[in-house]
Amino acid sequence: MRTGVRIALGLLVAAAAVTLVLVLPHWLSDARAAELARAGCFFIAILGLNLLTGYTGQISLGHGALMAIGAYTTAILTADHGLRDLWTIPLAGLVAMAAGFVLGLPALRLSGLYLALATFAFAVAMPALLKKFSGLTGGDQGINLFDQALTRSTGALGSVHVFGRSVATNDFLYYLTWGIGLVLAGAAWLLVRGRLGRAFRALRDSEVAAASSGVDASLYKTLAFAISGFYAGIAGSLFVLVSNWFVNPQSFYFDKSLLLVVGAVVGGLGSLAGMALGALFIQFAPTWAGNVSNAPGAPSVFFGAAIVLVMVLAPTGLGGLLRSLGEALTSRLYTRNP
Amino acid sequence: MFFAVDWAGVAQQVVAGLSSGGIYATLAVALVLIYRATGVINFAQGELAMLSTFLAWTLTQHGLSYWPAFALTLLVSFAGGIALERVVIQPVEGAPVLTVAIVTVGLFFLCSGAAFWIWSPEVKSMPNAFSTRPIRIAGVGFSIADLGVIGVSLLAVALLWLFFRFTKLGLAMRAAALNPDSSRLTGIRVGWTIALGWGLAAALGAVAGLMAAPSLGSFDQSFMQPILLYAFAGAVLGGIDSPLGAVVGSLLLGVFLNVIGTYVSWVGTDLRQPAALAVILAVLLVRPAGLFGRAAVRRV
Amino acid sequence: MPLLELSGVEARYGSLQALHGISLTVDEGEIVSVLGANGAGKTTTLRAISGTVRTAGAILFAGNRLSRRPDAVARAGIAHLPEGRGTFAELSVRDNLRLGAYVRRDRAGVRADLKRVLDRFPILAERGDQPAGTLSGGEQQQLALGRALMQRPRLLLLDEPSLGLAPRVVADFFRIVGELNEKEGLSVLVVEQNANLVLQSSTRAYVLEVGRVAVAGTSSELQRNESVRRSYLGY
Repeated sequence: MRTGVRIALGLLVAAAAVTLVLVLPHWLSDARAAELARAGCFFIAILGLNLLTGYTGQISLGHGALMAIGAYTTAILTADHGLRDLWTIPLAGLVAMAAGFVLGLPALRLSGLYLALATFAFAVAMPALLKKFSGLTGGDQGINLFDQALTRSTGALGSVHVFGRSVATNDFLYYLTWGIGLVLAGAAWLLVRGRLGRAFRALRDSEVAAASSGVDASLYKTLAFAISGFYAGIAGSLFVLVSNWFVNPQSFYFDKSLLLVVGAVVGGLGSLAGMALGALFIQFAPTWAGNVSNAPGAPSVFFGAAIVLVMVLAPTGLGGLLRSLGEALTSRLYTRNP
Repeated sequence: MFFAVDWAGVAQQVVAGLSSGGIYATLAVALVLIYRATGVINFAQGELAMLSTFLAWTLTQHGLSYWPAFALTLLVSFAGGIALERVVIQPVEGAPVLTVAIVTVGLFFLCSGAAFWIWSPEVKSMPNAFSTRPIRIAGVGFSIADLGVIGVSLLAVALLWLFFRFTKLGLAMRAAALNPDSSRLTGIRVGWTIALGWGLAAALGAVAGLMAAPSLGSFDQSFMQPILLYAFAGAVLGGIDSPLGAVVGSLLLGVFLNVIGTYVSWVGTDLRQPAALAVILAVLLVRPAGLFGRAAVRRV
Repeated sequence: MPLLELSGVEARYGSLQALHGISLTVDEGEIVSVLGANGAGKTTTLRAISGTVRTAGAILFAGNRLSRRPDAVARAGIAHLPEGRGTFAELSVRDNLRLGAYVRRDRAGVRADLKRVLDRFPILAERGDQPAGTLSGGEQQQLALGRALMQRPRLLLLDEPSLGLAPRVVADFFRIVGELNEKEGLSVLVVEQNANLVLQSSTRAYVLEVGRVAVAGTSSELQRNESVRRSYLGY
């Protein structure tokens, strides 16, 4: 496809996405808005994971733990340090970014399966660590901003006043998460198209070849971890808000990390649009499964079956499926030379 | 200086540790088998073993005694593993490795949920595999069950080794895992060797589950999850691409966990899982290829 | 009736068509070479025969339609020695040879053939239990040939046997192939870029260009034809 047409199409899709996000709440119930807000958090986290795994090829099963770091940063700063919850969001991103960087350091020596295991160990250990430092984190009880910092929790008391208009809390959270999500998606898109993105992809395809072309592998690999940590931190921070301003060690059990990877792969690694689909999948497929049957164990069966089915039918993820559809449709616009 | 150590106690703990280690080893070899055949860690291996164990339990509830149920379950698990590979894994064989890995995650949820759906959540108990009487060797009392588990685990692994080393089919499976293209040219049906690998892995998992359930006393639908973690740790310690490593690593891990659990008081039984994780992390930091694994040589 | 006959064979890799209708024959007892530049479709032609690439068109072996499945092709009596030898580097030399006989059921015959192969290639006997990857290029070439012979094939497909090997090793190799052809009647279809070398050993040759047969004839005809040599064979 010619570059001009591709950029035009990309802008069109972006405009459509923004419009959709703005307009959707009119048709949504309050409960749905809350669910979509949660999906928005996953979207942001998976965007970061996509940059790491889809673009530099480093597997992380520990992003739930990075989300936890962002979440607890927000919770602690709001509860104990008098900050308004919204201002803590970028701070949570920065703290998690640092954690991501630190996680990325031992990752330099590991690859593939070993990296997955190491990050998995990190994810499993996180709840235990959170319980241990109970002075800071509130231990098993966690931190409840509703009790401890009601006035600083935006929207906790009812509706939120924005630009002189009154917005229902769940709608506000929905706008907040997807708004930030779209901005971060745009940032990711720019990143990927630029020099950084090319370096990342070179690393994924062949680290040795990349290194011999002058790509500083260590720098870019840890940078990728740091950036994805930033995204995860913001996602975690927002997650506290959408979870009724509450967080405890169970919020980020290792299954969150696993769920994020499922979302990234089902969504389609390497596809930014796919990440939105992946986030929607991990938010709504379990609920859908529960609606099919809530006999004990049945939701897991249907959720698991859904994952297997999607992967078998779309091995490159939903985003990959979209891309093939897009190509199939737009290739009719041009005739090939025989 | 003479240390007044309770050598008899240590010996008992070592044997008990080898017994747990034997269970981990059996599951670890299953993980290595599938890793070699398909290139992924099968996240669902533990849950598949759990389903096999529940099947066996159901058979014992309907009148079969332990060992006939064991044999029948092994056969069904073997066939089930082959069927699973042909139906679910073969369609994604050309896909990126992460895709296949996520399919196994989906299978994990599926199997776990299925167990809760089909059977009640109350704890169950499995009839004993071996006699519960203790046996005295060199004046020290050991549990026959421990020795039996060690025996069965080592036997299973040894039989597998013999199969791979000395039979034509075993050689074909090794070849197919190493070089599928060349294997096809010699007439090997690579797809079916992969399926066979999954069948053998499922059977091994069943052995692990069926050895674990009686020794735990009572079990429920999540009983294989910690065991999967220990099997991972053992396989990583030994070298994820080495079956021998998986066995040695798992046995060592079993003894290690048992010994520090008994003799280091602040570890106790709660910290068993974090201890296993610590082992994984330590190995990954110091020597990722494990004791016996091959550090992949990168040809530039 | 030729031993091997390809008629209008097409082959594709995904959406890329590599062969646009290849027709060639190999008679029993012949050595036929397939020449051409990189990308002309030589390797693909061999893959089309051994069933490792998707094809359309007719492929007949000993008068019967040849199955499109690699294992059936091996069973029918065709051994394919791939580009790069395709050795199982981590398996022992002996195991590599045993694998060659995978499709055979006659255990006594296999044992006898193993002995013959080890006699013919003493270096393999010497390194019998070593991992095949520790062998030199030329030794691996012998191993690959030995493996193919263990199959007791009627037709041998050779893909660029000279690749990466010293001239003397290559000359030795073709000498052995020549002997097998003369004394045991093994038919050979060999793909090569080094035209000069292989034309000396073969009876007939086909020259491929962009997935089609451009020139066909006996080896001596091609060698004598100066314009063919210059345009297609590079010398």
